[in-house]
Amino acid sequence: MTDSLTALGVRLIALFMLAGKTTLFLGEAVVCSITRPIKFRRIIEQIWFIGWKSMPVICLTATFTGMVLALQGYPTLRRVGSEALLGPLVSLSLISELGPVLSALMVTGRAGSAITAKIGIMRINDEIDAIELMGLNPLRYLVAPNLIAFLIAMPLLAVVFDVIAIFGAYLVGVRVLGMDGSAYFGEMSNYVVLHDIVIGIYKSMSFGGLIAWVCCYKGFNCRFGAEGVSAATTQAVVASSVLILIGDYLITSLIN
Amino acid sequence: MNKHKIEFFVGLFMAIGMLCMAFLSIRIARNEFSTTGGYEVQAIFTDCNGIRSGSPISIAGVEIGRVKQVALQDYEADVTFMIQAGVILQKDAIASIKTKGMIGEKYIEITPGADEQPIAAGGRLRETQPAMDLEKLISKYVQGNLSKPAN
Repeated sequence: MTDSLTALGVRLIALFMLAGKTTLFLGEAVVCSITRPIKFRRIIEQIWFIGWKSMPVICLTATFTGMVLALQGYPTLRRVGSEALLGPLVSLSLISELGPVLSALMVTGRAGSAITAKIGIMRINDEIDAIELMGLNPLRYLVAPNLIAFLIAMPLLAVVFDVIAIFGAYLVGVRVLGMDGSAYFGEMSNYVVLHDIVIGIYKSMSFGGLIAWVCCYKGFNCRFGAEGVSAATTQAVVASSVLILIGDYLITSLIN
Repeated sequence: MNKHKIEFFVGLFMAIGMLCMAFLSIRIARNEFSTTGGYEVQAIFTDCNGIRSGSPISIAGVEIGRVKQVALQDYEADVTFMIQAGVILQKDAIASIKTKGMIGEKYIEITPGADEQPIAAGGRLRETQPAMDLEKLISKYVQGNLSKPAN
């Protein structure tokens, strides 16, 4: 009885310590990203790595997401006699939900994991300790540029995803399934308002911050050895993906 | 990867992202009429079921404005229209709530009147027709008193 209570207490304390450590880490990273000296060179490199190099995978997934939305949505809408609403269906679900979430998941897999592995290997090679010994703050060089780059690149990737997926759905809905092309875009503008686009941008920015936070934290606190790095990378990807989906629900319920 | 290449691709990436954002907000999202580009007209409906802020207003099928807001006043619906500048409505024009197709979206159709005086900005349309209530109509038909005069 006392043993299990002790175990519970130890777990609880560990949980609170984790919450405290991650929050302090985020706080320090935010302070480093808004105080001088800001490492602009590193930010540009990270935008190139996170944003530009994710474009192929974003384009590919967006095309197929849009295509399957049309392929799945059109027959369903036809059953209730409102196939003209394919455009609103596709654009509304993409702009405020699927675009930000799917692009964030893809970027987690591609860029987030790489960042965790990179920082993790720097940790086990004592490079981070070396930066600290020189009297510099490693967060300023390794974490802050990532945080800013994610906050800039994620919304742009999400809107690129939205636009490509809308054209992917156009391709299937209009060219393959034979829907009227002008109705596809015409109906869209009757339903989509600027507010939906703003929500999508808010969402993708928060997901970007979340990915940077989780992935950098995991890399920074990675255990030694090749196994430590592999475990940290796995945990970072799983934790960010789960938190993105939970965060999506929370943001949607808060906004509506 | 050399320095200039990175800069070029980051610039290209930002440009593509901004273009997509512009496309979404200009081409896809609804362009709301600015308050300067139109005038407001009010109308009281006994029932405006299905009409919400943003519903289209048209004359002869051509869109001439949008519903700005719907409010309750003396247990009736007070609907504010935002009409495009340049469209003149007569004082006895009739605003009626119609449906696109059988179960489609509700919109407001304005039938022009014959009055010589145009309605001023902030004025009120006196003639309105509420939405046709399909359920009421069906239940009347089922009870078989469609031809009897309403009591």
